Amino acid sequence: MAELWLLLAACALATYFWRWLGVLISGRLDGESEAFAWVTCVAYAMIAGLVARILVLPTGALAEASLLERASGSAAALVAYFWLTRRNLFAGVAAGAIAIWLLKLAALQS
Amino acid sequence: MLIAGYLGFGALAAAQGIPLWVAVASTAAIWALPGQLIFVEMHALAAPLLATVLAVMLSSARFLPMTLMLMPEMRDPRHRAWTYYVVAQLLSLSGWTMAVARFPDLPRRERLGWFYGFTLVLMGASALSSAAGYLGADRLTAEARLGLVFMAPMYYLLILLGGVRERSAALGLACGAIAGPLAYLATPAWSVVAGGLGGGTLAYLILRQARRHG
Repeated sequence: MAELWLLLAACALATYFWRWLGVLISGRLDGESEAFAWVTCVAYAMIAGLVARILVLPTGALAEASLLERASGSAAALVAYFWLTRRNLFAGVAAGAIAIWLLKLAALQS
Repeated sequence: MLIAGYLGFGALAAAQGIPLWVAVASTAAIWALPGQLIFVEMHALAAPLLATVLAVMLSSARFLPMTLMLMPEMRDPRHRAWTYYVVAQLLSLSGWTMAVARFPDLPRRERLGWFYGFTLVLMGASALSSAAGYLGADRLTAEARLGLVFMAPMYYLLILLGGVRERSAALGLACGAIAGPLAYLATPAWSVVAGGLGGGTLAYLILRQARRHG
């Protein structure tokens, strides 16, 4: 338990580091530099990698849904977000959650 | 829209066995949903502390450019220097987006106060949502809980795909989406860091190559 709070504190500090650095050097860093471009790529790749991993190879509760169910839920979210609404984030997220819930209920009925 | 993400985060934290208070505290302490997802997921994988901290740190690197851009807009001789370091903790993607939109209409000396008010309300609502998602997850049927847990990855899938405006973002996302699961097969504990560094560096190299020949 104490270990978990320690981990949380370390993670909070790790996040605050960038905020602190940003205030410290605001106005001095070159936003066009190569190092900055690389950091941007890594940041995007890491978040995308995490989300892709959660959807393709989930652990915990999400592992109870099959790959097909997860793919259908994602498709419902994307359709609701990009085509049915004008990029309404709440509608998209809700559509995905409701789709996977209905699929699971249908699987139980059959 | 942030509410949906934090409802999902609360449900995910409950499913992964994180205590309620740690889940709610992480909303105020880390105040970055991707970092919080990494915190919860890597704890569930029993990843080494260093790997978790490194992954959280890399995932929140976006705060550097966000802070760099916003701080000069709020600076005013009337404010004490340390207040900027406090306000930096309150910065989030939603708060930043709203601030960029509102600041041109606000006199410079009022911006810091407005930002404090807006982001504190945002943080309070998000903390409540994480608690609601967490407590809701326990009281729902297994199928409905699955739907709630599914909200967090959906939120990011849509935010990431919906926010693509530059080639570097699109390429970083694509390379990361492939590298992340592959890295997980090789080394679950280091997968977030390895996938991010590998996929991101690949995206960066492709971009640099394209610029040279472009």
